[in-house]
Amino acid sequence: MSHDRHNHGGQLNQGLTPSQTVGPFLAIGLPWADGPFVVPPDTPGSIVIKGRVVDGAGQPVPDALVETWQADPDGRFDHPDDPRGPAPAAASFRGFGRSATDPEGNYRIVTFRPGALPCPGGGTEAPHLDVSVFARGLLDRVVTRMYFPDQIDANGADPVLASIADPVRKATLIAIDEADGRFRFDIRLQGDGETVFFDV
Amino acid sequence: MTVNDRRDASELVLPRYVSAAGVHPPLDTPGYQSSRLRAPGQPLVPLPQGLTEITGPLLGTERVTAADADLTAGHAGEPLGERIIVTGRVLDSDGRPVPDTLIEIWQANASGRYAHHVDDHPAPLDPNFTGGGRCVTDSLGRYRFVTIKPGAYPWRNHFNAWRPAHIHFSLFGRAFTQRLITQMYFPADPLFALDPIFNSIPDPQARSRLVAAFDIELTQPDWALGYNWDIVLRGRTATVFETDES
Repeated sequence: MSHDRHNHGGQLNQGLTPSQTVGPFLAIGLPWADGPFVVPPDTPGSIVIKGRVVDGAGQPVPDALVETWQADPDGRFDHPDDPRGPAPAAASFRGFGRSATDPEGNYRIVTFRPGALPCPGGGTEAPHLDVSVFARGLLDRVVTRMYFPDQIDANGADPVLASIADPVRKATLIAIDEADGRFRFDIRLQGDGETVFFDV
Repeated sequence: MTVNDRRDASELVLPRYVSAAGVHPPLDTPGYQSSRLRAPGQPLVPLPQGLTEITGPLLGTERVTAADADLTAGHAGEPLGERIIVTGRVLDSDGRPVPDTLIEIWQANASGRYAHHVDDHPAPLDPNFTGGGRCVTDSLGRYRFVTIKPGAYPWRNHFNAWRPAHIHFSLFGRAFTQRLITQMYFPADPLFALDPIFNSIPDPQARSRLVAAFDIELTQPDWALGYNWDIVLRGRTATVFETDES
């Protein structure tokens, strides 16, 4: 094909199905009543993560979907590809959160704080959530990470945070502690203060 | 060398998923007006595939009933439009089926109108059609929906802009890296050449993979037309991930 950038690894696209935007009507298909509840409401020890998704003009994005994926408090995943074996039983912990934004661009997730994770090749990843944002105007999801502001040593040793040299950019990945188990993680899609997004 | 041979306290060997480079549309696609204030301006930062990325939610049958795969059911009457069967397989790029994975779909009605308060296209709503469905793939990665063919509809991207008929598909696969939301199109749609969303995919071959195939074998006499569409998610690389890159 004529597009050089498609020929990574010598195979054209591996036959993968391409992404398309969710468009403005995702509310017909995607939100779940229990989506924001990675753990049931009012679970002891749970935290609330709230934030606002804004566009390049600083305007709220009222038609986005925010999804989160994370380890449990012990840094384990209930998943067969975690080579450390099955996670200890935590039946009410789903690991996955999903929240559509409201007319002011706000989303909300109720979950546990994740544990730290070992890295391939050694080292430790600081506690984090992987965050996907889908919206009209986004032809593919954008992926970011949320870290915790009180994990100063762990964040300092985190290889992903270390890969971002600019402290202003790095700060976009650290939530704000609003006390009492409440954290704010705003997502700026474009422009001043643009959130760091990853190629995963 | 297998994963087990290499596992010890200091070393974690994880599967690695192939790159999707060049497959998906660039986020900055100026012909798609809604991207102008929403597409990030900064380059994406490479994210190594760690435990969070090679795992993912395994959401399955507990969220779904059999009736959820029939978008023509659940209302007082039958929806208007052309009844269709949409079926296929979810595979990963090394050809393995992806079983037990949740698929969620949503679409416009036969007139090209979404049952959503934001849609003000002056085409009729259908009281017998909401347009949302879900199912879980079987042990061979197969899925099947019964629905009606959605209509094309106008949008405000540019003068006289119309979207080709499509169904939105959301897939999880088994890992965060495999998450995909896309759109399935119908064969030979005259709007393809004019649609900036369809054409945002740079490679024409990749674009064509979003178009379902009409299939007379799937078509049920006197009842519904059949369309076949396979979905391919990122698979694992053939070789064990070597950990000496750190």
